[in-house]
Amino acid sequence: MAESKPVSERPLSPHLQIYRPMLTMMMSIMHRVTGGALFFGTLLMAWWLIAAASGPAAYATFQWFAGSIIGRLILFGYTWALYHHMLGGIRHFIWDTGRGFGPAEREWLVRANLIGSIVLTVLTWIVAYAVRGGV
Amino acid sequence: MSHSKSSMRTPLGRVRGLGSARSGTEHFWMQRVTAVANVPLSLFVIGLIITTAGSNYAAVKATLGSPLVAIPLILFVLSATWHMRLGMQMIIEDYVPAEGTKVVLLLANTFFSVAIGLGSVFAILKLSFGV
Repeated sequence: MAESKPVSERPLSPHLQIYRPMLTMMMSIMHRVTGGALFFGTLLMAWWLIAAASGPAAYATFQWFAGSIIGRLILFGYTWALYHHMLGGIRHFIWDTGRGFGPAEREWLVRANLIGSIVLTVLTWIVAYAVRGGV
Repeated sequence: MSHSKSSMRTPLGRVRGLGSARSGTEHFWMQRVTAVANVPLSLFVIGLIITTAGSNYAAVKATLGSPLVAIPLILFVLSATWHMRLGMQMIIEDYVPAEGTKVVLLLANTFFSVAIGLGSVFAILKLSFGV
Protein backbone atom coordinates (compact mmCIF):
# COMPACT_ATOMS: atom_id res chain seq x y z
CA MET A 1 0.00 0.00 0.00
CA ALA A 2 2.75 2.41 0.98
CA GLU A 3 4.51 2.31 -2.38
CA SER A 4 1.34 2.63 -4.46
CA LYS A 5 1.35 6.02 -6.10
CA PRO A 6 -1.86 7.98 -5.76
CA VAL A 7 -3.46 9.06 -9.01
CA SER A 8 -4.07 12.48 -7.61
CA GLU A 9 -2.32 14.40 -4.84
CA ARG A 10 -5.57 15.96 -3.76
CA PRO A 11 -6.82 14.88 -0.34
CA LEU A 12 -9.81 12.56 -0.29
CA SER A 13 -12.68 12.78 2.12
CA PRO A 14 -12.86 9.89 4.61
CA HIS A 15 -14.82 6.97 3.21
CA LEU A 16 -16.53 3.84 4.52
CA GLN A 17 -13.44 2.05 5.86
CA ILE A 18 -12.77 4.81 8.36
CA TYR A 19 -16.11 4.60 10.15
CA ARG A 20 -17.25 2.08 12.73
CA PRO A 21 -20.34 0.38 11.30
CA MET A 22 -23.48 1.80 12.83
CA LEU A 23 -27.10 0.83 12.39
CA THR A 24 -28.09 4.17 10.84
CA MET A 25 -25.26 3.84 8.34
CA MET A 26 -26.09 0.21 7.49
CA MET A 27 -29.74 1.14 6.99
CA SER A 28 -28.77 4.00 4.71
CA ILE A 29 -26.75 1.55 2.62
CA MET A 30 -29.62 -0.94 2.69
CA HIS A 31 -31.97 1.75 1.40
CA ARG A 32 -29.80 2.04 -1.69
CA VAL A 33 -29.30 -1.70 -2.05
CA THR A 34 -33.04 -2.42 -1.81
CA GLY A 35 -33.69 0.40 -4.28
CA GLY A 36 -31.27 -1.23 -6.74
CA ALA A 37 -32.88 -4.63 -6.20
CA LEU A 38 -36.34 -3.19 -6.81
CA PHE A 39 -35.04 -1.57 -10.01
CA PHE A 40 -34.02 -4.91 -11.55
CA GLY A 41 -36.95 -6.71 -9.97
CA THR A 42 -39.36 -4.72 -12.15
CA LEU A 43 -38.35 -7.21 -14.88
CA LEU A 44 -40.53 -9.71 -12.99
CA MET A 45 -43.45 -7.28 -12.92
CA ALA A 46 -43.13 -6.64 -16.65
CA TRP A 47 -42.88 -10.39 -17.28
CA TRP A 48 -46.04 -10.96 -15.19
CA LEU A 49 -48.07 -8.33 -17.07
CA ILE A 50 -46.76 -9.14 -20.55
CA ALA A 51 -47.32 -12.87 -19.96
CA ALA A 52 -50.92 -12.17 -18.90
CA ALA A 53 -51.40 -10.09 -22.05
CA SER A 54 -49.78 -12.74 -24.27
CA GLY A 55 -52.00 -15.73 -23.48
CA PRO A 56 -52.55 -18.80 -21.31
CA ALA A 57 -49.31 -20.56 -22.30
CA ALA A 58 -47.09 -17.55 -21.53
CA TYR A 59 -48.94 -16.98 -18.26
CA ALA A 60 -48.54 -20.64 -17.29
CA THR A 61 -44.77 -20.29 -17.78
CA PHE A 62 -44.71 -17.26 -15.50
CA GLN A 63 -46.86 -19.01 -12.90
CA TRP A 64 -44.57 -22.02 -13.00
CA PHE A 65 -41.55 -19.80 -12.31
CA ALA A 66 -43.25 -17.66 -9.64
CA GLY A 67 -44.51 -20.80 -7.89
CA SER A 68 -41.16 -22.59 -7.91
CA ILE A 69 -38.89 -22.54 -4.88
CA ILE A 70 -36.50 -20.05 -6.49
CA GLY A 71 -39.41 -17.93 -7.70
CA ARG A 72 -40.95 -17.81 -4.24
CA LEU A 73 -37.60 -16.95 -2.66
CA ILE A 74 -37.15 -14.07 -5.12
CA LEU A 75 -40.70 -12.86 -4.48
CA PHE A 76 -40.19 -13.12 -0.72
CA GLY A 77 -36.98 -11.11 -0.96
CA TYR A 78 -38.70 -8.66 -3.26
CA THR A 79 -41.53 -8.18 -0.77
CA TRP A 80 -39.01 -7.42 1.98
CA ALA A 81 -37.01 -5.05 -0.25
CA LEU A 82 -40.21 -3.20 -1.16
CA TYR A 83 -41.33 -2.76 2.46
CA HIS A 84 -37.83 -1.85 3.58
CA HIS A 85 -37.48 0.77 0.86
CA MET A 86 -41.02 2.04 1.49
CA LEU A 87 -40.48 2.46 5.24
CA GLY A 88 -37.05 3.96 4.54
CA GLY A 89 -38.79 6.44 2.26
CA ILE A 90 -41.25 7.35 5.01
CA ARG A 91 -38.25 7.85 7.32
CA HIS A 92 -36.86 10.26 4.73
CA PHE A 93 -40.20 12.08 4.57
CA ILE A 94 -39.96 12.61 8.34
CA TRP A 95 -36.39 13.84 7.95
CA ASP A 96 -37.54 16.14 5.12
CA THR A 97 -39.66 18.02 7.65
CA GLY A 98 -36.58 18.60 9.78
CA ARG A 99 -37.70 16.21 12.51
CA GLY A 100 -36.17 12.99 13.79
CA PHE A 101 -32.47 13.89 13.59
CA GLY A 102 -31.69 13.54 17.30
CA PRO A 103 -29.47 10.61 18.39
CA ALA A 104 -32.31 8.75 20.11
CA GLU A 105 -34.87 9.55 17.41
CA ARG A 106 -32.80 8.46 14.43
CA GLU A 107 -31.85 5.24 16.22
CA TRP A 108 -35.53 4.61 16.98
CA LEU A 109 -36.47 5.33 13.35
CA VAL A 110 -34.01 2.87 11.83
CA ARG A 111 -35.04 0.15 14.29
CA ALA A 112 -38.70 0.73 13.43
CA ASN A 113 -37.76 0.58 9.76
CA LEU A 114 -35.93 -2.74 10.10
CA ILE A 115 -38.42 -4.45 12.39
CA GLY A 116 -41.40 -3.02 10.48
CA SER A 117 -40.13 -4.32 7.15
CA ILE A 118 -39.69 -7.85 8.54
CA VAL A 119 -43.08 -7.86 10.29
CA LEU A 120 -44.92 -6.54 7.21
CA THR A 121 -43.18 -9.08 4.93
CA VAL A 122 -44.11 -12.02 7.14
CA LEU A 123 -47.68 -10.74 7.57
CA THR A 124 -48.07 -10.30 3.81
CA TRP A 125 -46.95 -13.86 3.15
CA ILE A 126 -49.20 -15.27 5.88
CA VAL A 127 -52.15 -13.45 4.29
CA ALA A 128 -51.06 -14.59 0.81
CA TYR A 129 -50.94 -18.24 1.85
CA ALA A 130 -54.23 -17.92 3.74
CA VAL A 131 -55.95 -16.43 0.68
CA ARG A 132 -54.56 -19.16 -1.55
CA GLY A 133 -55.69 -21.84 0.88
CA GLY A 134 -52.24 -23.03 1.86
CA VAL A 135 -51.06 -23.94 -1.66
CA MET B 1 -17.63 36.11 -6.04
CA SER B 2 -15.46 39.01 -7.08
CA HIS B 3 -16.03 40.45 -10.50
CA SER B 4 -13.64 42.60 -12.37
CA LYS B 5 -14.91 46.15 -12.33
CA SER B 6 -14.07 46.51 -15.96
CA SER B 7 -16.41 43.67 -17.01
CA MET B 8 -19.13 44.76 -19.40
CA ARG B 9 -21.21 41.64 -18.81
CA THR B 10 -24.57 41.87 -17.10
CA PRO B 11 -25.24 39.80 -13.95
CA LEU B 12 -27.54 37.55 -16.02
CA GLY B 13 -24.89 37.07 -18.67
CA ARG B 14 -22.38 35.98 -16.05
CA VAL B 15 -24.56 33.20 -14.62
CA ARG B 16 -26.12 31.92 -17.84
CA GLY B 17 -25.14 28.34 -18.58
CA LEU B 18 -23.53 27.85 -15.19
CA GLY B 19 -26.34 25.95 -13.55
CA SER B 20 -29.88 25.85 -12.46
CA ALA B 21 -32.37 28.62 -12.30
CA ARG B 22 -35.35 27.23 -10.42
CA SER B 23 -34.99 23.78 -12.01
CA GLY B 24 -32.20 22.60 -9.70
CA THR B 25 -34.51 20.95 -7.22
CA GLU B 26 -36.54 19.10 -9.81
CA HIS B 27 -34.71 15.79 -9.41
CA PHE B 28 -35.13 15.85 -5.64
CA TRP B 29 -38.73 17.01 -5.87
CA MET B 30 -39.87 14.45 -8.46
CA GLN B 31 -38.20 11.70 -6.44
CA ARG B 32 -40.32 12.76 -3.46
CA VAL B 33 -43.51 13.21 -5.53
CA THR B 34 -43.19 9.71 -7.04
CA ALA B 35 -42.20 8.31 -3.63
CA VAL B 36 -45.41 9.64 -2.07
CA ALA B 37 -47.45 8.16 -4.92
CA ASN B 38 -45.61 4.85 -4.67
CA VAL B 39 -46.68 4.19 -1.07
CA PRO B 40 -50.44 3.64 -1.64
CA LEU B 41 -49.92 2.30 -5.18
CA SER B 42 -47.38 -0.34 -4.04
CA LEU B 43 -49.74 -1.47 -1.28
CA PHE B 44 -52.48 -1.79 -3.89
CA VAL B 45 -50.23 -3.89 -6.15
CA ILE B 46 -49.21 -6.15 -3.25
CA GLY B 47 -52.90 -6.75 -2.53
CA LEU B 48 -53.57 -7.36 -6.22
CA ILE B 49 -50.76 -9.93 -6.48
CA ILE B 50 -51.98 -11.72 -3.34
CA THR B 51 -55.53 -11.99 -4.66
CA THR B 52 -54.56 -13.08 -8.19
CA ALA B 53 -51.71 -15.44 -7.25
CA GLY B 54 -53.88 -18.53 -7.07
CA SER B 55 -56.33 -17.60 -9.83
CA ASN B 56 -56.57 -19.25 -13.23
CA TYR B 57 -55.71 -17.41 -16.44
CA ALA B 58 -59.23 -16.27 -17.33
CA ALA B 59 -59.76 -14.76 -13.88
CA VAL B 60 -56.39 -13.00 -13.91
CA LYS B 61 -57.07 -11.59 -17.38
CA ALA B 62 -60.49 -10.30 -16.32
CA THR B 63 -59.11 -8.74 -13.12
CA LEU B 64 -56.10 -7.01 -14.70
CA GLY B 65 -58.27 -5.69 -17.53
CA SER B 66 -61.01 -4.19 -15.35
CA PRO B 67 -60.79 -0.36 -15.13
CA LEU B 68 -60.62 -0.10 -11.36
CA VAL B 69 -57.57 -2.40 -11.36
CA ALA B 70 -55.97 -1.31 -14.64
CA ILE B 71 -55.98 2.43 -13.83
CA PRO B 72 -54.15 2.25 -10.47
CA LEU B 73 -51.87 -0.42 -11.95
CA ILE B 74 -50.87 1.93 -14.79
CA LEU B 75 -50.36 4.75 -12.27
CA PHE B 76 -48.12 2.44 -10.25
CA VAL B 77 -46.05 1.45 -13.30
CA LEU B 78 -45.52 5.08 -14.33
CA SER B 79 -44.71 6.33 -10.84
CA ALA B 80 -42.46 3.39 -9.98
CA THR B 81 -40.45 3.44 -13.21
CA TRP B 82 -40.03 7.22 -13.00
CA HIS B 83 -38.89 6.93 -9.38
CA MET B 84 -36.47 4.08 -10.09
CA ARG B 85 -34.92 5.96 -13.01
CA LEU B 86 -34.21 8.94 -10.75
CA GLY B 87 -32.79 6.69 -8.04
CA MET B 88 -30.55 4.68 -10.36
CA GLN B 89 -29.35 7.91 -11.97
CA MET B 90 -28.16 9.07 -8.55
CA ILE B 91 -26.40 5.77 -7.87
CA ILE B 92 -24.61 5.93 -11.24
CA GLU B 93 -23.58 9.56 -10.74
CA ASP B 94 -22.25 8.72 -7.27
CA TYR B 95 -20.20 5.65 -8.10
CA VAL B 96 -19.11 5.95 -11.74
CA PRO B 97 -16.51 8.67 -12.11
CA ALA B 98 -15.43 7.77 -15.69
CA GLU B 99 -17.27 10.10 -18.00
CA GLY B 100 -17.80 7.67 -20.90
CA THR B 101 -19.00 4.76 -18.76
CA LYS B 102 -21.24 7.12 -16.83
CA VAL B 103 -22.97 8.42 -19.97
CA VAL B 104 -23.47 4.87 -21.29
CA LEU B 105 -24.96 3.72 -17.97
CA LEU B 106 -27.21 6.78 -17.73
CA LEU B 107 -28.51 5.99 -21.23
CA ALA B 108 -29.02 2.33 -20.32
CA ASN B 109 -30.85 3.42 -17.17
CA THR B 110 -33.30 5.52 -19.15
CA PHE B 111 -33.79 2.86 -21.84
CA PHE B 112 -34.42 0.14 -19.25
CA SER B 113 -36.87 2.24 -17.23
CA VAL B 114 -38.81 3.36 -20.30
CA ALA B 115 -38.89 -0.17 -21.76
CA ILE B 116 -40.18 -1.65 -18.48
CA GLY B 117 -42.69 1.17 -18.06
CA LEU B 118 -44.11 1.22 -21.57
CA GLY B 119 -43.97 -2.57 -21.93
CA SER B 120 -46.02 -2.96 -18.76
CA VAL B 121 -48.49 -0.23 -19.71
CA PHE B 122 -48.95 -1.77 -23.16
CA ALA B 123 -49.67 -5.15 -21.55
CA ILE B 124 -52.26 -3.62 -19.21
CA LEU B 125 -53.94 -1.75 -22.07
CA LYS B 126 -54.02 -4.91 -24.18
CA LEU B 127 -55.68 -6.76 -21.29
CA SER B 128 -58.16 -3.90 -20.95
CA PHE B 129 -59.08 -3.42 -24.60
CA GLY B 130 -58.69 -7.02 -25.76
CA VAL B 131 -57.54 -8.09 -29.25
